Amino acid sequence: MSKEKFDYFINGKKSKYEVIIGLEVHAQVLSNSKLFSSSSTKFGGDPNDQVSLIDSAFPGMLPVINEECIKQAVRTGLGLNAKINNYSVFDRKNYFYADLPQGYQISQYKNPIVGEGKVLLDMPYGTKEITIERLHLEQDAGKSIHDIDPSNTYVDLNRSGIALMEIVSKPDLRSPEEVNAYIKKLRTIMRYLGTCDGNMQEGSLRADVNISVRKIGDKKFGTRCEIKNVNSIKFMQMAIEYEASRQVELLDQGKEINQETRLFDTKKNQTRSMRSKEDAHDYRYFPDPDLLPLKLDQKLIDDLKKSLPELPDKKKERFIKDYGLSLYEANVLVSEKEISDYYEEVAKLSDKKLAATWMIGDLFAMLNDKGVSISDSPISTKNFADLIQSIKSGVISGRIGKDVFEIMVESGDNPKKIIESKGMKQQSDPKKLEMMITEILSKNKDIVEQYKAGKEKLFGFFVGEVMKVSSGKANPQLVNEILKKLLKS
Amino acid sequence: MSEITNKSLKEIVENIKSKEISSLDLTQAYIKNIEGAKKLNAFVTTTFDQALENAKKFDSKPNYEQTLPGIPLAVKDLFCTENTKTTAGSNILNNFIPSYESTVTKNLWDNGAFLLGKLNCDEFAMGSSNETSFFGNVINPVGDKLVPGGSSGGSSSALAADLTPATIGTDTGGSIRQPASFTGTVGLKPTYGLCSRWGIVAFASSLDQAGPMTKTVTDCAIMLEAMSGFDEKDSTSINKKKESYSKNLKDNVKGLKIGIPKEYRVENMPKDIDELWEKGKKILKDLGAQLIDISLPHTKYALPTYYIVAPAEASSNLARYDGVRYGYRSKKDKDLIEMYEQTRSEGFGDEVKRRILIGTYVLSSGYYDAYYLKAQKVRKLIKKDFDDNFTKVDAILTPSTPSSAFKIGEKTNDPVSMYLNDIFTVPVNLAGLPALSLPAGLDKKGYPLGLQLIGNTLDEQKILNVGYAFEKNCGFKNQIKKWWS
Repeated sequence: MSKEKFDYFINGKKSKYEVIIGLEVHAQVLSNSKLFSSSSTKFGGDPNDQVSLIDSAFPGMLPVINEECIKQAVRTGLGLNAKINNYSVFDRKNYFYADLPQGYQISQYKNPIVGEGKVLLDMPYGTKEITIERLHLEQDAGKSIHDIDPSNTYVDLNRSGIALMEIVSKPDLRSPEEVNAYIKKLRTIMRYLGTCDGNMQEGSLRADVNISVRKIGDKKFGTRCEIKNVNSIKFMQMAIEYEASRQVELLDQGKEINQETRLFDTKKNQTRSMRSKEDAHDYRYFPDPDLLPLKLDQKLIDDLKKSLPELPDKKKERFIKDYGLSLYEANVLVSEKEISDYYEEVAKLSDKKLAATWMIGDLFAMLNDKGVSISDSPISTKNFADLIQSIKSGVISGRIGKDVFEIMVESGDNPKKIIESKGMKQQSDPKKLEMMITEILSKNKDIVEQYKAGKEKLFGFFVGEVMKVSSGKANPQLVNEILKKLLKS
Repeated sequence: MSEITNKSLKEIVENIKSKEISSLDLTQAYIKNIEGAKKLNAFVTTTFDQALENAKKFDSKPNYEQTLPGIPLAVKDLFCTENTKTTAGSNILNNFIPSYESTVTKNLWDNGAFLLGKLNCDEFAMGSSNETSFFGNVINPVGDKLVPGGSSGGSSSALAADLTPATIGTDTGGSIRQPASFTGTVGLKPTYGLCSRWGIVAFASSLDQAGPMTKTVTDCAIMLEAMSGFDEKDSTSINKKKESYSKNLKDNVKGLKIGIPKEYRVENMPKDIDELWEKGKKILKDLGAQLIDISLPHTKYALPTYYIVAPAEASSNLARYDGVRYGYRSKKDKDLIEMYEQTRSEGFGDEVKRRILIGTYVLSSGYYDAYYLKAQKVRKLIKKDFDDNFTKVDAILTPSTPSSAFKIGEKTNDPVSMYLNDIFTVPVNLAGLPALSLPAGLDKKGYPLGLQLIGNTLDEQKILNVGYAFEKNCGFKNQIKKWWS
């Protein structure tokens, strides 16, 4: 397989730079209730409708760990091939902000629940391994709403206290494309695991992006800037491109880069300074005395490991090895849990390879066209499998298959029924075909002469005529054979 | 005729059970006492109407099976009480009415008691004299210029002045034992985790513990069994079976080994305290206990350790008081930042601000290792001192405080001298152990003094038993004249 070469570099005036990127992804844990209270985590409720006395930090209220959130973090850690720490500690991160009622966020600082892990990315230039430094659990803050009233800010605490997993990567990423692949991979893994819905519009997945640049060949990392809270892959990529160029420009001018926190302005497509290192918060972390250290039983971890679903990397290998799919096909079909689920249903009932071809081709094109997700596909897995089998067994040709597919999309009907009622079955009787072809040849003697004189391109003309006469139902393979035989004589 | 309110809780419960007195009469007797004791300033809030209501309800349908049948109780104003103002002695909560009931008070009500009122205390339980309360200092019934101790000063004062048959306080560094000692009453700080912290306004979460304050050791046992118990809403609560401390109370200390730690004989300790300690040793020895000299070498580091750990936690615990969701809000609210700053500036008193500043400082980057982290290490050593000795002894006997009650205003301008008052009590909080303060005698001025019995983790029964035997043989009698009414 020919591989492309990695080529994301920024050209400065004098030198060429590579871009170093590390991500802190905040993934909202899928759980019914919050990390330390029993309030609902549902998205879209009325403001302050899902707030307990704990979430709003009333006097004397105490946090109690939600076991399900712990399990979700462990599952995610296992899905990232990471070390699960049997001992972890919840700390208080102290800072004062209107949407942080306690005046501190309960997070994990020195002892996170998940240690080092790794994620594999399939890039055009080969597989790239990204090291995960850690994953820790923390509370989300509330939300300040500035646009309801011109002179007041409103605070909605529905989100306050919802469990987040902060997944910190090493600075292993080198381009916006790798960031794209990385986020998508994380998202896919967590959706397979059912630990995060990955819904970026609702803020279930967002990231802080750390960027620095260095001259090619340099060993030392440059000074980095952190771009806070970017909530779409597109914005992350745009922010990286802008920020990397900005840094290269500064270095070109012989200036230094200030270590700082920046914001990405989605309207101007620019990053701007939020606070410098000197103004950085002193969070005064210390172990939360309201919570005992979290000690995980190895058995719980082992049991969770055993109950994990098959993850995309494993599934991909199986698709290639057992189903004979290409790397490309396998990658596409495992990219989303719903897609792989659909494919597996179809593959169970029909030819695996043909099903993959038809899914990636016609089915995806149709879904794309209609703007619907695979979970809302107008074609059921059973019907789709029947279509694949009708083609594979020769009941209809691939050509006719496309017509049947169209009708299936419109009607939602089973393909067998469509083929039957519309008489779309393939004509595969050699005698009948030979009769049909003999007649066509006798009607077009002059063209037969030309063909025999060496104009072999005219073969297609005869095929076309046969299809015309048979309304496309003639078995193309048989037509080819018979035509060749008759034209030779 | 001896007044009902002079009696111990145990006697009152017996009188209720034998129908010698109704809950209503009892409640009215206390209300009368409280109304006549305004000078003491022990109450922040009274709930007389509600109490009378509850008393009548009890009398009409009495349940004598309960531990505290029809007993009115006043509690420290640090416990959140549903629909009753809860101030923590602070301006910042001066209008706060919780919609919930603390687990400990709920346990009391579930055992038949009901609320008589909320007792004054040092602001956020930060103080040793009840002089830091926004609602003014409390006076010790022992003498009209004397502090009642702190932070549970309203509790000790009300108890000693017969304004409540028993009460509860909280003890972060001595806040139950020191005021008990200053008023000639019994105070117990239970093992950390024995009583739920849920619904108690937090001061320093790893040290705070609620406990009973009573006239007798038996009363203390009764109150402890009523208020303690596992609570799934408090992650630091100990999950164990409830015990019947009062039923199991025994006055036999024969053969028990009592540790006498040399480190508790501090410089400039008044002779009275030393003599009292000797007296206590003699009583226990005469009862057949064996005295053993022990060493708790890290004791001298306990106070500085405490004054790092407690303010650190407090600085974080008190961040939530911002004037937004509940409590006091400054009228100076030009913008959000001004509102926050003014609210906290006007809402908190000096001592609270001092501790927030200390706590913020010791947790700051660059100072964390030198202060907070080191304090945590020393805390472990202090705990280890106790662990090592509890393999050899059953309980440890020390003085409760280095002095008797001092004069109002005497130490207000000298925080360090005020902090030194906790010197014998804080090691116990740092180690999470139970300790009982027992009235043991009077000093030359006629002010009460207390001795402290420290037990191993969850050894409440053992120290109550020693205390019970001690009480029977000590002959202490509080001689409080009702000068205030």
